Amino acid sequence: MGKTTKTPGKHKASTGKCTGMSGADVLHQMLLDEGVEILFGFPGGTVLPIFDVLYRSPIKFILTRHEQGACHMADGYARSTGRVGVVIATSGPGATNLVTALATANMDSVPLVALTGQVRSTLIGNDAFQEADVTGITRPITKHNFLVKRVEDIGRTVKEAFYIARTGRPGPVVVDIAVDSTVARLQGEPDLTPNLPGYKPTTTGNLRQIKSAASAINAAQRPVLYVGGGVVISGASAELRKLAEKGSIPVATTLLALGTLDERSPLALQMLGMHGSAAANYAVQDCDCLVAVGARFDDRVTGNLAEFAPRAKIIHIDIDPSSISKNVVVDIPVVGDAKDILARMLEHIKSNDRSDWLGKIAQWKKRHPFKYETDGKIKPQEVVARLGALTDHNAIIATGVGQHQMWTAQFYGWRRPRQIITSGGLGTMGFGCPAAIGAQFGNPGATVIDIDGDGSFCMTMVEVITAARYQQPVKFVVLDNEYLGMVRQWQEMFYGRRYSAVSHPCPEFAKIAEGYGACGMKITERSELDDAIRAMLKQPGPVVLHVAVEPEENVYPMVATGKALHEMDLGKLA
Amino acid sequence: MRHVISALVQNQSGVLAHVAGMFAARGFNIDSLVVGRTEDPNLSRMTIVVVGDDRVLEQVRKQLAKLVPVVKVRDFADIAYVERDLMLIRVTVGPQHRPEVVELVNLFRGTVVDVAMDSVVVMLAGPEDKLEAFVDLVRPYGIAEMARTGVIAMSRGQQKNAAAKEDS
Repeated sequence: MGKTTKTPGKHKASTGKCTGMSGADVLHQMLLDEGVEILFGFPGGTVLPIFDVLYRSPIKFILTRHEQGACHMADGYARSTGRVGVVIATSGPGATNLVTALATANMDSVPLVALTGQVRSTLIGNDAFQEADVTGITRPITKHNFLVKRVEDIGRTVKEAFYIARTGRPGPVVVDIAVDSTVARLQGEPDLTPNLPGYKPTTTGNLRQIKSAASAINAAQRPVLYVGGGVVISGASAELRKLAEKGSIPVATTLLALGTLDERSPLALQMLGMHGSAAANYAVQDCDCLVAVGARFDDRVTGNLAEFAPRAKIIHIDIDPSSISKNVVVDIPVVGDAKDILARMLEHIKSNDRSDWLGKIAQWKKRHPFKYETDGKIKPQEVVARLGALTDHNAIIATGVGQHQMWTAQFYGWRRPRQIITSGGLGTMGFGCPAAIGAQFGNPGATVIDIDGDGSFCMTMVEVITAARYQQPVKFVVLDNEYLGMVRQWQEMFYGRRYSAVSHPCPEFAKIAEGYGACGMKITERSELDDAIRAMLKQPGPVVLHVAVEPEENVYPMVATGKALHEMDLGKLA
Repeated sequence: MRHVISALVQNQSGVLAHVAGMFAARGFNIDSLVVGRTEDPNLSRMTIVVVGDDRVLEQVRKQLAKLVPVVKVRDFADIAYVERDLMLIRVTVGPQHRPEVVELVNLFRGTVVDVAMDSVVVMLAGPEDKLEAFVDLVRPYGIAEMARTGVIAMSRGQQKNAAAKEDS
């Protein structure tokens, strides 16, 4: 095994004198020490002492309209900046409202710290008012969680929470804090030394494994890089590009890794998997060496596992040992941080033009590009494509979950990492609106667009109020097909067009936007599209652009459940 | 294959729920799980008996090690070790056949810890298969009640002699 990260050493709080501070003060001091600049959340009874400290804090507090929105905002902030997102909620319902958003962050390895109030330590377990077993509820959907009952433990625990959230394979950490411990005052200096003997993530890859992987790549005729969100988290896209270019290795990305390689590169295969590009899926099925980096062989990526990359020797680079050989048996595992491993592997990779293989790939790309027709009603794909063109492919894009999410992945034209903010693993509808707002807070001045579906948008659109109140100029583009489109597509393809519970007539989103204090626009004709997008981008504040699109458009290619990647249905792309 | 896994964990509240919850959530079957104190008051030891093939066990070990409060994980599959399970068993036997049962207890190096007119309570420690053998032998007399601790295990001192067999 390689080296492990050092746990932070023994140290006292930066102020030196914590004696006499209340628990809430200590908590606040720890947030300052961690460099936290913004908090998202919602107050309540058990967090009153914390909010009293925030009253005079330099940390910006964003009051959302729902705790789920606050947590998705912290998530969007974290994904777009790489910093730890922080959310505060009260006990009971406040904390349970975080659950979906915590699970979302957990599946996609997003560093979050959620601070939840808990009832007084003496009442825990008594079914007190607004009591819920929050550590019990969140244990399986977080990287770790803590229950703090004593003022002496607040400092150390918060420090541990940040450390766990951002290191190794990142993830959300809940710190559930009994209200009396935030009121109590410290009698002496607290011991802030982390006590985490079981937490030692491996970051430096084993050199022998790296060399062995490099020689397998050098020996391969048709290698493919299969790149996941781990490369984004690690900040390894430059290393990835160098490796791909030196060895002439085509790169297929997962949904979360879009943009790790500029899609204009001849080596870019775009997204792979269920709705991935034909070139990516054919390349994976035909390759003789598959190099997975920071990816986890999710079922939406692999299709039928038994027939996934059948001819390939599989190399897997990941910081999480439990990801290796979980779904696919790996020939050469390398545990560690992608940036470190790719940089060191580069020296051992031989330059190779692989012209036959790249020629074959170029043909697939030419023959089966993502495409759509431009007759009849506005096509959802063309809205995404026009948004890409008119923002110079440079915006930060959040999405909800469903057809619009896949079309966004396929048609925006990704240029750089951390450009797409989307719920991949959990597939959380309603993620887009608040996540986009969080990303805007983390990237003032950047163009941030939520490309949403009507189904997803309805779930959390109340947070448009938050965008308006804090003057965050997020653009919400709602592709309204009056259906829960992805479910409808499955019912069309696999359930004999029996459309059960998918008809989804929508309200006038533009009017709602106006009522919420944002600008509202609606278009129904192709001729209005470009002008509307330009007008939207010009607006200094938040805008909801309601676009009525073709109701029964389908996402292609599609690999049906149980099929292998090469058995994809190309639909109109064939 | 049956594996005995030993996990050293931080001695704090919620750890048992954390480990048990992970097994349930990932669909791993636990045969037995024992938690107890160790020589270090900050650490507890969990001994878990799991049945599964090599791939399942690899995941069990990795998922256990991934839990923050789990300090160390060891699978006894490839090392010489001793394991013990402690059983209390109430056998329904009257005065007429009691000597037969007591003889079995002596053969198994067990102890009779309680005697009543119509039953005896026997304490027996050993590897699981020895306990199973005893249970089979007393079953004809009637078993009223049985309680077992589950397996605890420890590696043997002389690791060079990897072929060292479990004694009875």
